[in-house]
Amino acid sequence: MAGAPLLDIKGVHTYYGNIRALNGVNVSVNEGEIVALIGANGAGKSTLMMTVFGAPRARTGTITFAGTDITQMPTHEIARLRIAQSPEGRRIFPRMTVMENLQMGASLDNLKYYDEDVEKVFTLFPRLKERINQRGGTLSGGEQQMLSIGRALMARPKLLLLDEPSLGLAPLIVKQIFDAIRELNRTQGLTVFLVEQNAFGALKLATRGYVMVNGNVTMSGTGKDLLANPEVRAAYLEGGHH
Amino acid sequence: MAVTVSNNTGETVANPMARALREAIYAGLIALGLFILFIGLRTDQNIRNELVLIQRWGLLATVVVITAVGRFLYVAFVIPAIERAKAEKAAAPAAVAEPGFIRRNFNWLGIAVLLLYPVVVVSLVGFQSSLKWVDNFGIQILIYVMLAWGLNIVVGLAGLLDLGYVAFYAVGAYAYALLGTHYGLSFWILLPAAGIMAAFWGVLLGFPVLRLRGDYLAIVTLAFGEIIRLVLINWREVTNGAAGISGIPKVSFFGLMSFNVSDPNYISKVLGIAQSGAYYKIFLYYLALALALLTAFVTIRLRRMPVGRAWEALREDEIACRSLGINTTTTKLTAFATGAMFGGFAGSFFAARQGFVSPESFVFIESAIILAIVVLGGMGSLAGIAVAAVVMIGGTEILRELEFLKVVFGPDFTPELYRMLLFGMAMVIVMLWKPRGFVGSREPTAFLKERKAVSSSFTKEGHG
Repeated sequence: MAGAPLLDIKGVHTYYGNIRALNGVNVSVNEGEIVALIGANGAGKSTLMMTVFGAPRARTGTITFAGTDITQMPTHEIARLRIAQSPEGRRIFPRMTVMENLQMGASLDNLKYYDEDVEKVFTLFPRLKERINQRGGTLSGGEQQMLSIGRALMARPKLLLLDEPSLGLAPLIVKQIFDAIRELNRTQGLTVFLVEQNAFGALKLATRGYVMVNGNVTMSGTGKDLLANPEVRAAYLEGGHH
Repeated sequence: MAVTVSNNTGETVANPMARALREAIYAGLIALGLFILFIGLRTDQNIRNELVLIQRWGLLATVVVITAVGRFLYVAFVIPAIERAKAEKAAAPAAVAEPGFIRRNFNWLGIAVLLLYPVVVVSLVGFQSSLKWVDNFGIQILIYVMLAWGLNIVVGLAGLLDLGYVAFYAVGAYAYALLGTHYGLSFWILLPAAGIMAAFWGVLLGFPVLRLRGDYLAIVTLAFGEIIRLVLINWREVTNGAAGISGIPKVSFFGLMSFNVSDPNYISKVLGIAQSGAYYKIFLYYLALALALLTAFVTIRLRRMPVGRAWEALREDEIACRSLGINTTTTKLTAFATGAMFGGFAGSFFAARQGFVSPESFVFIESAIILAIVVLGGMGSLAGIAVAAVVMIGGTEILRELEFLKVVFGPDFTPELYRMLLFGMAMVIVMLWKPRGFVGSREPTAFLKERKAVSSSFTKEGHG
């Protein structure tokens, strides 16, 4: 891969008070890749994702996005560099309608490309179009996840961060969402960094993957290699995936 | 006192009268146990300052009997009636009722009623007697509507619980009073000045509380309200302390006519009509109405603009907002400033109307009442809040008019004293009956094809 990675996380330590959540993490995401971060509960996956957004802030180490050091930047300014996130727990606006949620996503450009982009989101998730006037809080879990991803896409991101897009969803919906991510990457060249507990699905989707244990990255490689790796298989794949 | 003692065995269902009788006896016994010390005995001092016990068994018996009879009627008649109505409703086809004419045009009808109100009052009771109705009811209610709509921006839209809103009301009123008495500026200059001053204080309060939410924010804003009041009391050189500021100039009719009897351009001299204090009050009424409508108009417009949208999103989820590139700092500050500005407008209007301001008008209970109106009306709903203001303020004002109660309770009875009791009772009842306020639905600001109000009864509580 020529040139510097789009997102470069170097030696990042993050603490919650005195509790260390990340212990010198190095992760890089190149342009056009889908990178998956897998690991058990409490390994620090979501913390890493939130650290990229500066909440909580990395105590040491640097995070660079497209050549800009974003380690100390306020969260909303990081978002303005076109990093979009579908955060853990989806965090859609429950009392606002699907349409208003999508408009909130497009607020960076003041709705300039709204009409054009909303059609793209509807092609990807036709269900959202049916629900356009419905309130976010009344959607099903899968629809909320689609809305959360759709809202992130409305910001025209260069990098999309997805925190557990498969959490709590039926296998069929998980497949739909993973297909949609693959489609976005293939047709629009969107760079995706996703955190997943569903290791099998995530590694199958990903160009490259990282395995995280107790705040440390212990393994990395292509999605295929990790899927074939006996340690990864023993820890995350065997014993009832999907 | 919903003490359900009965278990639904076949026997009790078969015989509701027997069940009602039994529950009535239980209710009576509970009332006896509860009130025997509260009502049955009363301590008093006799002429030698000794503590004596007065026994009031008659009164106790009355209360117990009322409770028992009430419970009997409730169980024997009210519950079956409610159940019958429910069954009928369930049996009827679930037709979606087309909202009636009044409901569809509620806002326009409301504005029309408000516009015609003084005309109707004057034509019914004449100029002199209209004073009370236009001033105590009309203007008083409109001031609270204005305040509640202002607070609605902070609490209802942005979801920032503010218990010290009265501070901005005070800043507006004192800004008007001080600038008006010292520099003799006119209302039309002072109104925006007071608004800007209050907005400035809103930002000043906003800065330190940016990181706070929910309960913590509520406590700090409560303290802020008290600080402003204490400064007004103690900074005697400027505010004249607890004595307040009097002689605040009246509003003129756009500089063309004056409402001071001694002025050469006094209204009745200019127009050649009889002297009356009612003209001024009617003018103030329309002025208050105009200011309230301005508040409503600005709120409606802002909700459709990015900043208003951001306020609502902020109420829903602050973290999501930030990750969408919204600067939550400026969003919160604009909410505080805008809300405070309308509080300042209301305050300056209040000063102009009273001609006198003192710290006594800006105590915590005012903040609580304004907040209660916002919550009762349904957070975020302008129409609901207006209705709540009419019910709460108009309702407590009307107590003064209930002279006939003296016939029932004796000449010492002053219904106004029961104001807070009734206020509290009304709040409890409304919250039981409509937990989300009179208008619990949020009108979407963007919609495809059709506009559909979304009921809030499904949504979980916001975490504001």
